[in-house]
Amino acid sequence: MDFAFTPDEEAFRGEVAAFLEKEVPGEYREKRLTFFDMAAQSDWIKVHREMAEKLGEKGWLSIHWPEEYGGRGASPLYRLILREELTRYHSPGYDSIGAGIIAPALLLKGSEEQKAKHLPGIARGKVIWCETLSEPGHGSDLAAIEVFAREDEDCFVVNGQKIWTTNAHLADWNALIVRTDREAAPKHRGLTFFLLDMKTPGITVNPVINMAGHHEFNEVFFDDVRIPKENIVGGKNQGWYVVMSLLDYERTSDVIYAIAATLLEDLTEYARENNLLTPVMKRRLAELAADCEVARLLHYRVAWMQGQGLVPNYESAICKLFSSEVHQRVTETGMQLLGHYSQLTDKSAWVPMYGRVPSTYLRAFGHGLEQGTYEIDRDVIAQRGLGLPRLR
Amino acid sequence: MDFSLNEQQEMMQTLARDFLSTEYSDKVLREMAASERGFTDELWQKVAAINLTGLTIPEEYGGAGDFLDLTVVLEEMGKFCLISPFFSTMVLGAQAIIEAGSDEQKQRFLPRIAGGKLIMTLALTEPSARYMADAVTVKASHENGQFVISGTKLFVSDAHVSDYIICVARTKEASNPEDGITLFVIDINTPGMSVNLLDTISGDKQCEVAFDNVKVSGEDILGEVDEGWPYVEKIMAKAAVGRCAEMVGVARQVLNMTLDYAKERMAFGHPIGAFQSIQHRCADMLVDVDGSRFITYQAAWKINEGLPADREVSMAKAWAGQACQRVVSSAHQIHGAIGFTEDHILHFYTKKASACKFSFGDNHFHLEKLAGQSI
Repeated sequence: MDFAFTPDEEAFRGEVAAFLEKEVPGEYREKRLTFFDMAAQSDWIKVHREMAEKLGEKGWLSIHWPEEYGGRGASPLYRLILREELTRYHSPGYDSIGAGIIAPALLLKGSEEQKAKHLPGIARGKVIWCETLSEPGHGSDLAAIEVFAREDEDCFVVNGQKIWTTNAHLADWNALIVRTDREAAPKHRGLTFFLLDMKTPGITVNPVINMAGHHEFNEVFFDDVRIPKENIVGGKNQGWYVVMSLLDYERTSDVIYAIAATLLEDLTEYARENNLLTPVMKRRLAELAADCEVARLLHYRVAWMQGQGLVPNYESAICKLFSSEVHQRVTETGMQLLGHYSQLTDKSAWVPMYGRVPSTYLRAFGHGLEQGTYEIDRDVIAQRGLGLPRLR
Repeated sequence: MDFSLNEQQEMMQTLARDFLSTEYSDKVLREMAASERGFTDELWQKVAAINLTGLTIPEEYGGAGDFLDLTVVLEEMGKFCLISPFFSTMVLGAQAIIEAGSDEQKQRFLPRIAGGKLIMTLALTEPSARYMADAVTVKASHENGQFVISGTKLFVSDAHVSDYIICVARTKEASNPEDGITLFVIDINTPGMSVNLLDTISGDKQCEVAFDNVKVSGEDILGEVDEGWPYVEKIMAKAAVGRCAEMVGVARQVLNMTLDYAKERMAFGHPIGAFQSIQHRCADMLVDVDGSRFITYQAAWKINEGLPADREVSMAKAWAGQACQRVVSSAHQIHGAIGFTEDHILHFYTKKASACKFSFGDNHFHLEKLAGQSI
């Protein structure tokens, strides 16, 4: 066992920090925005794109990819270091769908043509991605999805409705899973994974505003949307397997432990300045600090496994489950700490911490649902991690 | 970074596991918990024969292996719920000599510890049962070139079988309670010492040690007079991590037996492990096992590297203590009535978890410490 960063890893962290110190807009740092409320800023998408391109120019978005695809072959820990520093400096610029999920899925399951076409845009921070899995009638039970694509010469033609598509209103490209075989048994063998240009005619995107007041989600309607067959990833009716490998990345794409730790530090500071450090509150904050540390180690374990060529799966589910629950607990403690002040929005002159506490508290209700619910995480851990039998 | 055991650590793990599976069946555990001594000389000699008593002792004194190796072994011992003076001797006694002993004292004690010829323990806590410097009230007064110790130490592990006891005593009253503490290494047969075995829920062996005008010479001092507290802190850090390692082993083993049971026990036509209510408890148990393991090994690694580790040690002890308790609670729920009986082995683990939790600072103590360090 060894818990040290290498000198090269430390140097990389220093380099990223020095860069962000210079480049991140002052307002973002002043407000100490997080990944979970940044998108609510009016200029977010502009700043995000600018930062993404700068990070892309540095080669950092793809630093852990193999060299033949424009990476530097660095260990996946570098990705975590980058995201930890982005968190610490309150910087946008990392497309957690494109760089965090789609890129590793393409590296694993994409054709050479698909890699050549899509990886450079992700690496350079020029292309924003969304992924479209859920439907109004099917979320956790992904194998049941109904939106259908019929084969028509060199294309598949999609009709139907999807929902909970984060960033569909901003995305250039979409990773879409739909049904291509209605007779398949079991049902998950009739799904196909497509890459879809969002400029394709027939796509309608409507906002769905979450309870924190943020526009992240959308519903997406498909009306005779034609996708060329060359945009299939992993083969016809093989989409399930692409999604499963993608989810293992998705569950550790975001560094929620770092976001939680940063918020916790700010809450501690606030408590100290405002004389709110009762013995009970001190102990609570210490307990959460230990939780954040455990979450950090669980994430490092996954990155270490990926670097060793091992394939994490229940380990990813553990990360996501535990760190999301910790972040939720941190936001709940934040509300408790602020008391009456926790009820104020950022539009109020009396609001502390720019309203970040209630905003992230409300946003965190989504943690138990996104990227697989907590219940699905526990299913994965119990069945794949512990080998318990399946009823379904 | 490396989240796996290296070759040496894997070897230690296999060695300890093979040894314990042969020598320490559930039947032996039951006998040992019920017996007064808690172990047999035969078992101790076998522990020494495979060199577990040499762990962390420098090579020049006949030992081999580092603190991470010891951590690995303690984790395995936790899996078997081992009752023995191993922890007292290796984590308390040997570390006190290694940290505070003069070369002469090391020469005198360490080779014998490594050879399995000495059992030692640390007498730190008193009836106040606290781990702070101001809780050290047993007095050692300087009289005619020697020290005279009087008072009572409580919750001293394995004193009833120890050859030597390291006593943490107050040699000076000072405004800072950390000043004026001295460590003495005392032969158990010194006149004035008496040891009473306490009856504990887990069957681990804890004692009351009474000092009635026990006379010790300057040669029996470990480290410097009045300046012993920093050594105590170092020993406590290692001991807390050692207890964490045992709890990690306990939690893992408890999860394993729970999984076996959940796969085998039928209800409503299915093994109960197929039900989500059971699966989700098991999933949470695995989060607790993995989380405890890494937070513990991180602290052990820091200590092993000689890095400042106060923060990591307190996090580990606070977190693993609570996590292990959650794991045993879930195990009882899943085992149902059978786990509630003395017929089943589970209760030994539950009791061991509880003993470890309170040993060298419970979660409240360590959270308080953590809050003091960083909040």
